[in-house]
Amino acid sequence: MNLSFWLNGVYRHDEVEPDTMLLDFLRDKGCYSIKCGCETSNCGLCTVLMDGKPILSCSTLALRAEGKKIVTMEGMQKEAEEFGTFLADEGAEQCGFCNPGFIMNIFAMENELEDPTEEDIKEYLAGNLCRCSGFVGQTRSILKYLQYKKTKKREEAEK
Amino acid sequence: MSYVSKPVRKKDAMALVTGKPVFTNDLAPKDCLIVKILRSPHANAWIEEIKTGTARQVNGVVAVYTCKDVPRKRFTLAGQTYPELSPYDHYILDQRLRFVGDAVAIVAAETEEAAEKALKRIKVKYRVDEPVLDMHKAKDGKILVHPEEDWETKVPVGADNKRNLCASGVEESGDVEKILGECKYTIDRTYHTKANQQAMMETFRTYCYKDHFGRLNVVSSTQVPFHVRRILGNALDIPSSKIRVIKPRIGGGFGAKQTSVSEIYPAFVTWMTGRPSKILYSRYESQICASPRHEMEIRVRAGADENGIVRALDVYTLSNAGAYGEHSPTTVGLSGHKSIALYRHTEAYRFAYDVVYTNVQAAGAYRGYGATQGIYAVESAVNELAHMMHMDPVKLRELNMPMEGEPLPAYQDCTTAPSCTMDQCMKRAKEMMSWDEKYPYKDMGNGKVRGVGVAMAMQGSSIAGIDVGGADMKLNEDGSYTLGLGCTDMGTGCDTILSQIAADCLETSIENIVVFGVDTDISPYDSGSYASATTYTTGMAVFQACQEMRKKICALGAKMLEAEPEEVNFDGEFVFTDEIHKVSLKDIAIKGTCGNTQELQVTRTHCSPISPPPFMVGMAEVEVDKETGSVKVVDYAAVVDCGTPINPNLVRVQTEGGIVQGIGMALHEDVQYTEKGKIRNNSFMQYKIPSRLDIGDVRVEIRGSYEPSGPFGAKSIGELVINTPCPAIADAVYNATGVRVRELPITPEKVAMGILKQKLEK
Ligand code: FES
Ligand code: FES
Repeated sequence: MNLSFWLNGVYRHDEVEPDTMLLDFLRDKGCYSIKCGCETSNCGLCTVLMDGKPILSCSTLALRAEGKKIVTMEGMQKEAEEFGTFLADEGAEQCGFCNPGFIMNIFAMENELEDPTEEDIKEYLAGNLCRCSGFVGQTRSILKYLQYKKTKKREEAEK
Repeated sequence: MSYVSKPVRKKDAMALVTGKPVFTNDLAPKDCLIVKILRSPHANAWIEEIKTGTARQVNGVVAVYTCKDVPRKRFTLAGQTYPELSPYDHYILDQRLRFVGDAVAIVAAETEEAAEKALKRIKVKYRVDEPVLDMHKAKDGKILVHPEEDWETKVPVGADNKRNLCASGVEESGDVEKILGECKYTIDRTYHTKANQQAMMETFRTYCYKDHFGRLNVVSSTQVPFHVRRILGNALDIPSSKIRVIKPRIGGGFGAKQTSVSEIYPAFVTWMTGRPSKILYSRYESQICASPRHEMEIRVRAGADENGIVRALDVYTLSNAGAYGEHSPTTVGLSGHKSIALYRHTEAYRFAYDVVYTNVQAAGAYRGYGATQGIYAVESAVNELAHMMHMDPVKLRELNMPMEGEPLPAYQDCTTAPSCTMDQCMKRAKEMMSWDEKYPYKDMGNGKVRGVGVAMAMQGSSIAGIDVGGADMKLNEDGSYTLGLGCTDMGTGCDTILSQIAADCLETSIENIVVFGVDTDISPYDSGSYASATTYTTGMAVFQACQEMRKKICALGAKMLEAEPEEVNFDGEFVFTDEIHKVSLKDIAIKGTCGNTQELQVTRTHCSPISPPPFMVGMAEVEVDKETGSVKVVDYAAVVDCGTPINPNLVRVQTEGGIVQGIGMALHEDVQYTEKGKIRNNSFMQYKIPSRLDIGDVRVEIRGSYEPSGPFGAKSIGELVINTPCPAIADAVYNATGVRVRELPITPEKVAMGILKQKLEK
């Protein structure tokens, strides 16, 4: 079947089987940042943005992307690096396998929540599992990153 | 510039946080055959007949293999130094099926759909036998898991396949019965820990291809590339010289990938067909046919005198190997050695064990490797002893804990502690937790009650006298160095940690160190990353390689300066005799490539005769809902002695990660079986690992000692950190409610039932 959608800002037309999952489809198109950690929608590793909202690509049919804007980490390299430095400075990127899905969900959270508290953050990211870091280093990095973004925003406003 | 003890960012960090294609499945060629396994629906069965004809006819199917097609030579999948202590009890495919999930047939096809279709078309006639599922009934039972004649152990470990025994033994010192008889306080309790899955986010996966020499190239998510090479040689019955193993980035291991779970299948397919192939374990497979922690039942008898000195310990461990014996004879040892050693005044001890085969998923290596189970039991028993004596459990620990230069009873790999700050760890943990105010409990007045609990732990640093660390250091033409490694960074950061060590030894910047690993064709031999060995053992190999490299640089520099090697110095940038007479590293490096006969390359191998333990104290504060019995860990304070922390950030995150994994083991994780031997928890839906909502604060501090035998004084950290949550949380729950749970996990049902029972008894 035909599928037309935006992938990381580029409008494209593809052929896709009706039962292909978005995860497999996107990896096939070279978006290797997307990982699969389960078959039951429990881990969050496969998170990508669809029209700005986080979705689990493992349980979304590729056809659902029709006419939508899909963004993967391949399309947010600069932002990933910006947040990633905070994660890396805690040593909390660890094996890195969960990082792309986790970080994409942080970007979604930034869009959605104004000034989230630590509790809000944990709540929002509850579906993103990580077996290496124990989460606390991730939380530290998010708090520092949000603080940095706030300061940056304030400085820009003052300019 | 110095890097040791600094929170250096990991060298691979930016590739990881930006999602670069660096993992096994990101790198696999697109034309790989897809390998799938048909798995046994029965816990104990015999294949009477297997028909693959129609499966082979499925469009796109390239091969279907059954037990008739594989070499008949037994091997072990355990990634251990040869001769392995694990029994040789595996075929790639066997006619006898020993657990639900055991491999029946291998399918290789052009597409996943074709492979799936073929699996369904394989017709198997099973003779279904009664399984032995209960580990208590296995030893000398009627049902044998490994009745075969070609079952073999390479090393005597007290095993006997005709008795379902994978290992057994007794170790003792002094007269335990006599001393226990003299003790004013004695306790006799039995604790039960369950199988747990490592649940690393990247499941098992491997791809293979043949190269231009016809050799088998294996790219795999493994902790043990060199062992995998030997295991595949054994399994395929080909010389291991025909095999090359490469490890890319790994998405977590925790010991699971110290067993060659996935490699044999695509290796066999590629070897037979000549085509590239890959296998990706689903989460389902990683739950039902992987390599989880051994279920253990541990009986502890402990005795203390009227002053609270622990004088005798008697530990008996019954360990459940499951269907195959990977890591079974070895994990059990740690349940005694690393628990008894925490009590330095122990005058007599006995440690006895039986490891039995059963028809459940084979267990393997999981962070802590038996120490976790043993420490849960012994630390719980000591907590119970303290309560019996009406003594603060912290006080009891202070009287008995390991001290620098003092004995570590039952721990043969290091009979006294060469470095130890357990006392400081305890002192600091106590302050962090405000123990004196919080012990034993506080009623919150809303149906909730908070309690605190404490535990000590230790582990080893490498397997003494066995583990080998390798480092290959070379000076490149541009004055940079390449550090070749055979150990495996699985997210833990060893590539960076070892580069920090190298940079300091060579007085150069860490950017000037190119780090590389692992490729068994190129890397120096290394046992691999397990047994908390890497920083300690490979770190020392790096240290020594750098010292030797300095000598070589000085020798060539001296020649260029027309001086004697003894006359020159090297400061990382220049070799010099004085202010004026100097030659730069860059010039020496170039000289090394032109008219030179002295190689600027060093390979060093290190092995430590001792395994100095790292130590820690963990304190848990839990909140129990008296109505529902649910337990939440609101705060966890931990203080670790890992020797010199080479990278404090990575020490901290390792500790946090290990504690949270330990909380999972204490409260949620349990591999359960139906009465037919099927696993109930075959996905993340039923097997719940902690999420960020399940944990409260986790606070970690370091009180490092200096270990003379380690690089820059370092010991280990990776495994130690999973050992305190189970006993600390169990005692915190007891202090909060009076309910003692001796079987993990501590579920709301168990606590609520305990509370109910108390009420009824009143
Ligand atoms: S892969 Fe686990 S939620 Fe999508
Ligand atoms: S960093 Fe390994 S799973 Fe999160």
